[in-house]
Amino acid sequence: MPLKTIDDFSIKQLHILDENGKVDSDLEPDLSKDDLKKLYLAMTLSRMADARMLNLQRQGRLGTIPVNKGQEAASCAPILALKETDWFVGSYRELGARLMRGETLENSLLLFNGWEEGNVNENNDRTLPISIVLASQLPHAVGLAYASQYKGEKDTVVLAIFGDGATSEGDFHEALNFAAVLNAPVIFLCQNNQYAISTPLKIQTKSRTIAQKALAYGIPGIQVDGNDALSVYQAVKEAVDRARADEGPTLIEAVTFRMLMHTTADDPTRYRSDEEVTAWEAKDPLVRFKAYLMEKGIWDEDLQKQLEEDCKAQIDAAVQAFESREPFAPDVPFDHVFGTKEAVIEAQRTRFLARLGKEKENGQN
Amino acid sequence: MAKINMVTSLNTALHDIMASDDTVLVMGEDVGINGGVFRVTDGLFEKFGRKRVMDTPIAESAILGAAIGMAIAGLKPVVEMQFSGFSYLMMHQLEGNASRMRTRSRGRFTVPLVVRMPYGGGVRALEHHSESKEVYWAHTAGVKVVIPSSPANAGPLLTAAIQDPDPVVFMEPKRSYRSFKEAVDKEKNAFSIGKAHVVETGKDITIISWGAMMRDTIKAVEAVKSKTGFQPEVIDLLTISPMDVDTIVTSVKKTGRCVVVQEAQQSFGPASEIIAVINDQALMYLEAPVKRVTMADVVMPLFAREQFYMPKVSDIDQAITETVNF
Ligand SMILES: Cc1ncc(C[n+]2csc(CCOP(=O)(O)OP(=O)(O)O)c2C)c(N)n1
Ligand SMILES: [Mg+2]
Repeated sequence: MPLKTIDDFSIKQLHILDENGKVDSDLEPDLSKDDLKKLYLAMTLSRMADARMLNLQRQGRLGTIPVNKGQEAASCAPILALKETDWFVGSYRELGARLMRGETLENSLLLFNGWEEGNVNENNDRTLPISIVLASQLPHAVGLAYASQYKGEKDTVVLAIFGDGATSEGDFHEALNFAAVLNAPVIFLCQNNQYAISTPLKIQTKSRTIAQKALAYGIPGIQVDGNDALSVYQAVKEAVDRARADEGPTLIEAVTFRMLMHTTADDPTRYRSDEEVTAWEAKDPLVRFKAYLMEKGIWDEDLQKQLEEDCKAQIDAAVQAFESREPFAPDVPFDHVFGTKEAVIEAQRTRFLARLGKEKENGQN
Repeated sequence: MAKINMVTSLNTALHDIMASDDTVLVMGEDVGINGGVFRVTDGLFEKFGRKRVMDTPIAESAILGAAIGMAIAGLKPVVEMQFSGFSYLMMHQLEGNASRMRTRSRGRFTVPLVVRMPYGGGVRALEHHSESKEVYWAHTAGVKVVIPSSPANAGPLLTAAIQDPDPVVFMEPKRSYRSFKEAVDKEKNAFSIGKAHVVETGKDITIISWGAMMRDTIKAVEAVKSKTGFQPEVIDLLTISPMDVDTIVTSVKKTGRCVVVQEAQQSFGPASEIIAVINDQALMYLEAPVKRVTMADVVMPLFAREQFYMPKVSDIDQAITETVNF
């Protein structure tokens, strides 16, 4: 018998803004002027805050940070498609996403200066702390989505963000399969920034796209221009709408580029060329989005100047607040080991505090 | 002999053994072109090529699982976990397969692989980059656990681990990677798996430690010596499992006193096992309760607080003084 084709697969790619910020009006999403501005503001604040944090790190005023430059569209735009009551389960590189979720900049400064206190979003209780163990947050997203449905929150969806390297982990594959089988309302958003530290995508996977990995699990997958905020928003919005309509999970691959080092501990000159980086400068997500806003007549250089001043003032205020803050109590970790008071832990705390007290007397602390 | 740091000591050991034994290969995340995030595998890719120095996908379970297959088939894979905090993704392969293959197959199949992983605190790192969980591996029969403490023992022990017939978890104290230099005597190889090292002989008290705490321990011992004239005996454990019970027991029988210094959290760690061993074999020789200096049983705090939690020279000094004066 001849071989039969029993299924056909294809992967679509979405581009709405071209490299000069010219919009494809057939595909242009229906976003209000306010939403467009809100998105641009977050992208700008993220870019400027990222630069300031890098600066602080270089001056020894901040610990190791993951740098976001170049990925602002892929980080910020997905959040615009969410409600506050949706869940956001992130990785570590989406500063803009966290700002869009209402997190303060001071929080990031605290976290990256070694305070757990900065890992809690005081303004949104459906944002999980950052996840550093790659892909480990993805099964959590499935569970959150399932629980929302279980509790009758028909409308709640979960957005999970992760990198290209994370797609090699078992947790990624297990989570996609799990979500598919449970028909869980999850949007899996991969920020494909071409590198996992020094490892380029071509030795991370033999798949031509990351989006196509969805097909193996029987769910929709789409690739979008991750440096085009409109494409990212539109793909996420469609996935969110499907999820809210009980049509299950989606995998979105946002193709973008990490313009700087992996973290401040990394030296990218060891593994990639300047030319490669320069080529991506032409696709800067901020430049393209600004051109679009100007073309639409809702942005101009005066507004731009004002925005940059506002962002700078906001960043200055956050740095000032962070650096003038009294240190938190040293024994807080004992509070959170368990939800129950345990004699072993309390005895250790007593000894710990006695020792600190004695060191203070001796002028050691 | 030129003095080198621990990274260079490990790196040189890898270069040497790969040049002399073509069954040895290196794999892990960013170990190739990048030379590893701490540069321990620097230059290997250029020298030995992609086939023997593999940048793998980010898949710790598959990295270790594949290494098990390679080891069964006669190769000697040296695997890197980028940080010990990410090694738990391969734990089921180590516990469920690597550790048991010899027993399961009654010696027919063996798994002579090495898993290197930087571990430990004190380097102002992000979450998951500062823990000391050597006990996870040590609690697994069939797995050897080795922790060097200095440039002089790191390279020789890594070589011994690669030549060892069993799976070895080789934990590298990252705080000590570049903090000091020593001469390394490659010829004399004074270090072997399963053997503790008596760093200093003495008669008044036995001090036992391993990893990055060794340096702090030695500083504390120096302070105590100059203050009191005590003569402590200092043991660098080097192999956590199988533990060198003889060296510990012989020393404690001689001194009658002991302090154990462990960076990891207090409960259920190697210090507990050391104290149990002393209880079994040297209890009647003790003149004071054995003390341990450890971290509390809390989730490893991020770096703003870690200074308060990690054992310090002054804590060790105090424990020694109290035990001697008991
Ligand atoms: C399970 C696990 N293994 C290894 C690491 C170490 N690590 C941190 S980031 C990183 C690369 C991740 O690349 P990718 O997923 O593409 O995200 P990106 O950093 O590019 O945003 C690695 C290997 C980790 N955090 N978690
Ligand atoms: Mg990446």
